[in-house]
Amino acid sequence: MTFENEHLLPGQVGHFFVLLAFVASIVSAISYFTASKTQLENEKQSWIRFARGAFFIQAFSLFAVFCCIYYICSNHYYEYLYVYKHASRELEPKYLLACIWEGQEGSFLLWALWHCALGMVLIFTAKKREAAILSIINTAQFFLILMILGLYIFNVRIGSSPFVLTRNELAGPIFSQPNYLSFIKDGIGLNPLLRNYWMVIHPPILFLGFASTIVPIAFAYSSLVSKDWGGWVKAALPWTLFSACVLGTGIMMGGKWAYESLSFGGYWAWDPVENAAFVPWLILVAGLHCMAIFNSTKNALRASYLFIILTYLFVLYSTFLTRTGILGDTSVHSFTEAGTAMNVLIGIYVVAISLPVFYLFFKNYSKIPSIQKEEDMSSREFWMFIGGLILFLSALFVISITSLPVYNKIFGTNLADPQDREFAYNKVLVLVAVIVGLLTGVSQFLRYKNTDKKYLIKKIAWPLGISVVGTGLLMIFYPVDYTQKGPGFLVAVNLALFASIFSVLANGFYLKSVLKWNLKAGGAAIAHLGFALMIGGMLISSGNKKVISDNSKTGLFIPFAKDPTGRGTENPMENLTLLKDVPTRMGKYTVTYVSDSASNEKDRTFYNLHFQKIDSVSGKVEENFVLSPDAYRMKDNNLTSNPGTKHYLTHDIFTYISTISVPDASKDTTTFKPHTLAIGDSVFYSKGYYVLNGIEKNPDNERFHFSPADTALVADITVFSNNGTSYKAYPALVIQNQELNFINDTVNAENLYLNFSGISNGNKFKINSKENDKLTEFITLKAYYFPYINLVWLGLVIMSVGFVVSLVNRVKAPRIWAYMSIGLVLMFLFYLFLLANN
Amino acid sequence: MKTSSIVILVVIAAAIGALLMYSVDFSTYDTIGSAKEKQGQYVHLIAKLDKSKPIQYDALKDPNYLSFYAVDSLGNSTQVIYRNTKPAELEQSERVVLKGKMEGNVFECNDILLKCPSKYKDDKKQLEKTVTQY
Repeated sequence: MTFENEHLLPGQVGHFFVLLAFVASIVSAISYFTASKTQLENEKQSWIRFARGAFFIQAFSLFAVFCCIYYICSNHYYEYLYVYKHASRELEPKYLLACIWEGQEGSFLLWALWHCALGMVLIFTAKKREAAILSIINTAQFFLILMILGLYIFNVRIGSSPFVLTRNELAGPIFSQPNYLSFIKDGIGLNPLLRNYWMVIHPPILFLGFASTIVPIAFAYSSLVSKDWGGWVKAALPWTLFSACVLGTGIMMGGKWAYESLSFGGYWAWDPVENAAFVPWLILVAGLHCMAIFNSTKNALRASYLFIILTYLFVLYSTFLTRTGILGDTSVHSFTEAGTAMNVLIGIYVVAISLPVFYLFFKNYSKIPSIQKEEDMSSREFWMFIGGLILFLSALFVISITSLPVYNKIFGTNLADPQDREFAYNKVLVLVAVIVGLLTGVSQFLRYKNTDKKYLIKKIAWPLGISVVGTGLLMIFYPVDYTQKGPGFLVAVNLALFASIFSVLANGFYLKSVLKWNLKAGGAAIAHLGFALMIGGMLISSGNKKVISDNSKTGLFIPFAKDPTGRGTENPMENLTLLKDVPTRMGKYTVTYVSDSASNEKDRTFYNLHFQKIDSVSGKVEENFVLSPDAYRMKDNNLTSNPGTKHYLTHDIFTYISTISVPDASKDTTTFKPHTLAIGDSVFYSKGYYVLNGIEKNPDNERFHFSPADTALVADITVFSNNGTSYKAYPALVIQNQELNFINDTVNAENLYLNFSGISNGNKFKINSKENDKLTEFITLKAYYFPYINLVWLGLVIMSVGFVVSLVNRVKAPRIWAYMSIGLVLMFLFYLFLLANN
Repeated sequence: MKTSSIVILVVIAAAIGALLMYSVDFSTYDTIGSAKEKQGQYVHLIAKLDKSKPIQYDALKDPNYLSFYAVDSLGNSTQVIYRNTKPAELEQSERVVLKGKMEGNVFECNDILLKCPSKYKDDKKQLEKTVTQY
């Protein structure tokens, strides 16, 4: 049977290039491996030339595959399952890229593409290490392309191709008809949670971070095979810095995304997927410090090897956790079950590179030089090493709790997350923050080998003194009042706050008094300063985060159901219901749900909330703004909401919708009750009465604008409710272009609808009213006050800049390059963090 | 003191710390029956919404009170109180993971995770159902 309207060519081309890339990766891996084993210079060079050719073919092919996927997605060819699952017609073009990396296949492809880019740079810069390094990268490519291969070997499908056809994958009666495509009207499209600007930029950065961790381990491998212990460190250091910078930024960018657009009310939730990226970063930074130690003192070489290898192992382990579906119920955003064959593949990939390198490392362990003499207690390298060790141990702590589902799988246990997952992590890591803060503050002033005690005391006296006083003042005037977890934790939080203030100051003093603002050499100090600032910002913003939509304080709370436990009021009631047009008190604000506006995306609505802060004494409006959180309501009632946030320099007001009123499908059956009123007459309704104050002809005010050709009569009505409030309503009667129109008015708070239908004899007016309690529109929202959240983002930017400064300094690039790259990074981050807010 | 011994001490201290943390507060996955025996203990229940019993929720009156009945695969049932808004897809969910404590005959729930068909586009059966709906 031939099917109508299918476009099979792009899929065939795409699949051809997948196969070509796969073969090329094998050829390139083998040739590079042979080259690295060959001693004869001529033969080696010819192998390398051959391997390079294969690598270029592979890179080109992968790029072509990417173009093919982009092409089929942008043309909505639903004959491809990948397009059907991830694209849809209503999706704005900017999300097209996001569709591509929403799925497993696309994200593996993205990862492989970054490997290609990194490989290109290494071909031209790695010199004598090229063969060994590229053989590792090609091995990784072999596995990544295997994941998207989609070939049957012994009836087992190896990898899942993005080019499989919907009709081959899904069963259904429509697929036996030649015109089945005409039944598939639209694709499923991008998950509404992911329809966000950040989905376009966060994954590529994060995957570049993941992909780049292969470079340090490849350098380590090259030294193990060439038995050139130690020589690799200097060459790999800039790459390690690059990797730490990109991965760190990528992770926190995920935090920024979560804060901007996901509704869990924060930037970090210790979700397994977040941890899975954070753990390799911690180990990588530990490795980075060991490498820096080795560079200056020849110590810590073995630890450098160990941490760099472990980093890569943990990057792949986290891939395993997030992509095999093993996390199941514990994570909000992991991929689901990918099938046994895929899981086995991912499992093999996890160990395929790191285990052999580990083997080489242990085999040569005794040959790797190490200094037997103990480091001096007053030396910088000693405390740097301790710092690295602390980071490594915290990484082990985090991953051991995150791996709970893995233990359950292996040992058949049924352990689950602790009651307060975030606190389980926080209570340990807050102590880590104390230690790391103190270490990053003090160790800048230490010197390699040993440090004069007097010099050290003289140098840290000022920052220490100021931070003691500063923390003291902060505790008096702006204390962190996070008492939920008891006094012990509060003390730890304050200690951590002190340590991070100290670290910021100490690093600042170091830049000023030791480096004399020679920032080029101050990459480490800048990065540490940024890191400490970020930690300090996290402590303050999370510690003093306040729920302002506290229902128990508004007085609106009406218990309606008998609570069988009888202790309802103990719990915080974080959701607040706002009726349309009814001003409600929320914290310092008076909030009114004014209107909703549809967006150009299907199912998405913005809810406009008017916030006012009125000074209670003078009655002056101090703050006045509108927030528009939005929500997608899908046809199956699935509600996905995005926050609306008002950004101030010192704090954010953060709101998101948790429930919306469901418009009643049943028609409004009540009818208007007619009344004939003279001016000054009043009419009773169930909850009060209303008075006709007067009739205006063609008024021109903020509410009505009529042209001189129109004839308009507007009734001025005041509604007096039994509860003492009064409202104004202006139903109107307009004759426009010889047509009579009624403009009804609604007092939502009272469910009262008013209509002005005409003039009666004797200066009387026909005013009709009806009441209907089914039409009450409302939203339920949560609102938070986040203080000093900008410190977190500022700290992140400073840290990234510090990494880049170090990086540029290490590669000894010409000055112009240095300025250009720092400028680019700054521009990029500026763009991401400021413009993306809108 | 030798520096290496300090390093070892740090490692040991951290290891003890980690072990202590570990032994403390993990919870478990339970059935309704076993949770009823562990009164007041924090557990994870894997259950289903009992559609034959009413769901009580009125955001207009109290947005922070939801009550419904859950039934597990062994047929045991319990009332669940969740002091938060009603998850929009509760009625559509195929499975719920409820985190909280059993208090008498009521499960006091702190967090609800829903397994909903619409969220899982990698589920082939679900795709087959939806492919013709558009």
